[in-house]
Amino acid sequence: MALLSFLDRDKSVAHPGYSRWLVPPAALAIHLAIGQVYSFSVFKIPLTQLIGIAKPGPDDWTQSQVAWIFSLAIVMLGLSAALFGKWLETAGPRKAMFVSACCFGLGFFISYFGAISHQLWLLYFGYGIVGGVGLGLGYISPVSTLIKWFPDRPGLATGMAIMGFGGGAMIGSPLAIKLMAHFRTPTDVGVGKTFLVMGALYFCFMMLGVVIIRVPREDWKPEHWTAPAKPQALITTHDVDVNTATRTPQFWLLWIILCVNVTAGIGILEQASPMIQDLFKGMIGPVAAGGFVGLLSLFNMGGRFFWSTTSDYIGRKPTYFVFLALGGALYLFLPMTGGDHMNSVKLFVAVACVLLSMYGGGFATIPAYLRDLFGSHNVSAIHGRLLTAWSTAGVLGPVLVNNMREYQLAHGVDKAGAYQTVMHIMAGLLAVGFIANFLVRPVAEKYWLPESAVRVSSGSLH
Amino acid sequence: MVENTKKSSGALILGAWLLVSVPLAWGVYFTVLNAMKLFAAVPSGH
Repeated sequence: MALLSFLDRDKSVAHPGYSRWLVPPAALAIHLAIGQVYSFSVFKIPLTQLIGIAKPGPDDWTQSQVAWIFSLAIVMLGLSAALFGKWLETAGPRKAMFVSACCFGLGFFISYFGAISHQLWLLYFGYGIVGGVGLGLGYISPVSTLIKWFPDRPGLATGMAIMGFGGGAMIGSPLAIKLMAHFRTPTDVGVGKTFLVMGALYFCFMMLGVVIIRVPREDWKPEHWTAPAKPQALITTHDVDVNTATRTPQFWLLWIILCVNVTAGIGILEQASPMIQDLFKGMIGPVAAGGFVGLLSLFNMGGRFFWSTTSDYIGRKPTYFVFLALGGALYLFLPMTGGDHMNSVKLFVAVACVLLSMYGGGFATIPAYLRDLFGSHNVSAIHGRLLTAWSTAGVLGPVLVNNMREYQLAHGVDKAGAYQTVMHIMAGLLAVGFIANFLVRPVAEKYWLPESAVRVSSGSLH
Repeated sequence: MVENTKKSSGALILGAWLLVSVPLAWGVYFTVLNAMKLFAAVPSGH
């Protein structure tokens, strides 16, 4: 019982003198762990060889069956973030992080049993559903806490955490490869034991965040900082309830912006390796293309920190104007760098890296944009609902890219030409996002929460 | 009850940052090694 009460929100209120610089590492402990999901592809081949060991046996699972594990996890991420965001705001970040760590670790443990007993449904249930709930809760749990600790730099604060999600794949991939190599025997591909060890490691790592996280006291503000005396048009000093927020046009405009930005990013990510090989035939092989994918992941991570921090200085709306306008222009330009036109690998790589930095930046800057429009009171819950745009883009992006490309190839267009059409569609989507961003205005007064309601739901705790 | 007003120590802050930075740096190192394969393949002038 003592452990459970330790998780209560009122037990995690920071004492005077607690440094706010302890909060980003707590958030990073969660995001670096759950970001592992983006390296799930390293398990794809081993999971299709659990029986055959050296190569897939007749009773082994197929790659498309295994791919559903990842898809389920991403769908559950969006759903759980949307469903449990409101609970998180009342339960507090520590309890939410704890539940997230339990679900994420448990997901691996259940998957271990699925791998050793060759029961695919246990992997769907374990990593996909239980682990997916851990992903959703973990993703949004530190957001509003960070924003409350850094009212002077909300972009920097959330950028640090969400950068961790990008970095998580960079840790998860080599860790899984090394563990599978360690546990591999002539009769075992080693994936089951790897799940067990990773579940335990990630649970412990996430518990670090659970222990460190604190919420600021009601009257706390950074030393030597005062809220701007002159209110800025797009930065509210009021709060909006999560259920009310989803009824505002601003919420849906931001939903469109996030959805198109993610869809466009997936347009590159989904086909990065074959695209560079097709555009520069004879110059770039599969090994170098793998290096290109690695480089993109570095820019995806770095962009999360760079752009969200930049947004603290230039504003959220102008930052998205850069993503959507510059992004659109670069998508139009990208095919021109290929072998049939400028034939410049360096230029192609540079443009793709900038585009991926803006894809990551779109994820990392959205919590601060939400804070500006809806206040910090319910920002995690609102962020959770907005993440359904990510789930939608996760399905829409690959479907759009793959179907359009297959259609083009079936109609006699060469490979390089097919990429051009896909990139033009991505530019068109970003143009829609540009219009949505242009239409964003401050939230109308009728949607604001009364001051008394904000005090009742947060102030009574102190 | 006496309220705890002690300032967080610099060592604690540094330790917390190291605990998250070391695994991240390890992951970035492997990714950079992988990315270098691209630059090794690109002929000069391209």
